[in-house]
Amino acid sequence: MNGKYMFSLLAIFVLFLLPYVGVTAFGLKTLFGIFIPLIALTIFIIGFVRRIKGWSESPVPFRIPTTCGQQKSLTWIESSPIDNPTTKAGVVVRMILEVMLFRSLFRNLKFKRESNGILSYSWELWLWLGALAFHWAFLVTIVRHLRFFAEPIPYFVRALEFFDSFFRVEFFTDAFQVGLPGIYMSGIVLLAAAIYLLARRILLAQVRYVSLAADYFPLFLIIGIAVSGIMMRYASKVDIVGIKAFTMGLVTLNPTIPEGVGATFYVHLFFVSVLLIYFPFSKLMHMGGIFMSPTRNLTTDTRAKHYSNPWNYPVKTHTYEEYEDDYREKMIDAGLPVDKELAEVKE
Amino acid sequence: MPDQKQMYDKGKVVAGLVIFVVLITFPFWYNHLKAAPAPQLELTKKAQAAKNCVRSKDYMKAEHMQLLDVWRESVVRNGERVYVNEEGKEFNMSLTNTCLDCHSNKAEFCDRCHNYASVNPYCWDCHIDNPKEKK
Ligand code: HEC
Ligand code: HEC
Ligand code: HEC
Ligand code: HEM
Repeated sequence: MNGKYMFSLLAIFVLFLLPYVGVTAFGLKTLFGIFIPLIALTIFIIGFVRRIKGWSESPVPFRIPTTCGQQKSLTWIESSPIDNPTTKAGVVVRMILEVMLFRSLFRNLKFKRESNGILSYSWELWLWLGALAFHWAFLVTIVRHLRFFAEPIPYFVRALEFFDSFFRVEFFTDAFQVGLPGIYMSGIVLLAAAIYLLARRILLAQVRYVSLAADYFPLFLIIGIAVSGIMMRYASKVDIVGIKAFTMGLVTLNPTIPEGVGATFYVHLFFVSVLLIYFPFSKLMHMGGIFMSPTRNLTTDTRAKHYSNPWNYPVKTHTYEEYEDDYREKMIDAGLPVDKELAEVKE
Repeated sequence: MPDQKQMYDKGKVVAGLVIFVVLITFPFWYNHLKAAPAPQLELTKKAQAAKNCVRSKDYMKAEHMQLLDVWRESVVRNGERVYVNEEGKEFNMSLTNTCLDCHSNKAEFCDRCHNYASVNPYCWDCHIDNPKEKK
């Protein structure tokens, strides 16, 4: 038992009960369907912008990129223009690869004690794979969701749906139907990857040691979103057309509450709202932060260019020559050696 | 030290934030704040005369694809072709001969709804979709 994840789990459970009880017992559909989502989106956008603005106010007086390759120097030494970029273009390529492929995480190493007592590093690939699957599945799911928010539905959304659902396993039982509608792989991969990332934090002692409630909470929340979404699609089906009429109303600021849409939808929507509100105040801001990382987004041209600290102010100095000028006669009287004799100065 | 807070690389940061806000608000500007109305479904004379679908309207709205999946399974795998609904009414489990018998206006019924919800059933690769217009 670990207080940190039990606390997060409990929080998610309460966050599940709020819309569930609110909608089923008190009929608070307008609150959970309209007010909370619109407020959440506003908080998300304003909070995100303010957080980035705050970061941009921290000066970066020195170049502090981390490098993973040979810097450009003499012509006959091969340099790596992306891992140690000296040009803006190199930095742009490096950033794109970092954002899309998580190359820093790819270099992740594990430090462990071998059976013969020797300490060694080994390459740890699974975190990278899990993270990549998770983030891409999340993105695909969100882009696919645009079918609820756009009319006519843009071509890229339809194309994405087509590729995402190419994989069809057509079987069913009475409770859980797979087959029609077709399976969206991204939804399943999202859930599986989130569960893997959670299991990693709970089961590996070293990772558990560095995990806080703030690490478990977003994972539980996203698992909650994925489970409620998957429930709606494959188990307790919902009226998609009714929901789309509602979401279209939401984004045209003319919302109407759909009839006959069950509590699962409100739970899904509320979890998403909580995610939006939580986002700007949490570690999830790494989404914007990655673009602001000085270890990634600066050129390593410190050998070619001089960078001076912009805060350098004129320092008051008193050199030895000035000191000698001040005390020359006294020094000579005391028999101390001087650089310039009295006669030389007098001239 | 600068006395007042200032944004460094302001041009780049603001440009990035503008891109972010434009992407996030996509649904708002894409629809010009005007919701395209939900599709108007037309029932054929035959359907109107029948009054009821195979199951209740709410069930059909949310679960008709599941019903079709069950029908297909029963016919193709189990060889059973008769479906009895809750009221005890019997239906021949057939996509073309039953669904499209009442809803023979596929374009104004099934398709309108599917376009709105962005679904593109592949059934019509094989199944005839206009039984009334046989050559
Ligand atoms: C009320 C609107 C509506 C009407 C009318 C309608 N459908 Fe659908 N249909 C849907 C929605 C929405 C889905 C997809 C649900 C989802 O994506 O979760 C769907 C999915 C399907 C699927 C599964 C598609 C797939 O590949 O996943 C089939 C098959 C289908 N409908 C057949 C029909 C037929 C045949 C008709 C006409 C007799 C019809 N539908 C009329 C809304 C409708
Ligand atoms: C006996 C004629 C008949 C048959 C057969 C039939 N329907 Fe219907 N269907 C109707 C009628 C009538 C309605 C309108 C029900 C209402 O308004 O209460 C309807 C409504 C529907 C709706 C809901 C539309 C809405 O208003 O949202 C769907 C979806 C649907 N049918 C699909 C199907 C599918 C799929 C099949 C084959 C499995 C099928 N129908 C077979 C007569 C029929
Ligand atoms: C590869 C071609 C093919 C595709 C695609 C296909 N079917 Fe079929 N389907 C068949 C064949 C062949 C039969 C057997 C016909 C029979 O025995 O009467 C059949 C039978 C059925 C039956 C029962 C018999 C009848 O007359 O309708 C249903 C219901 C059915 N299919 C539904 C679907 C649905 C829903 C889809 C789309 C999600 C679909 N099928 C896609 C080939 C296809
Ligand atoms: C206001 C925003 C949202 C609304 C209105 C919404 C609505 C829905 C609806 C109606 C479904 C059922 C789809 C179907 O039956 O075909 C669904 C499924 C799903 N949703 Fe959401 N959703 C929202 C945001 C999100 C977010 C941010 C995520 C996280 C990535 C998410 C993840 C999922 C998943 C994984 C599914 C399962 C089916 C699939 O893969 O499409 N949703 N959502």
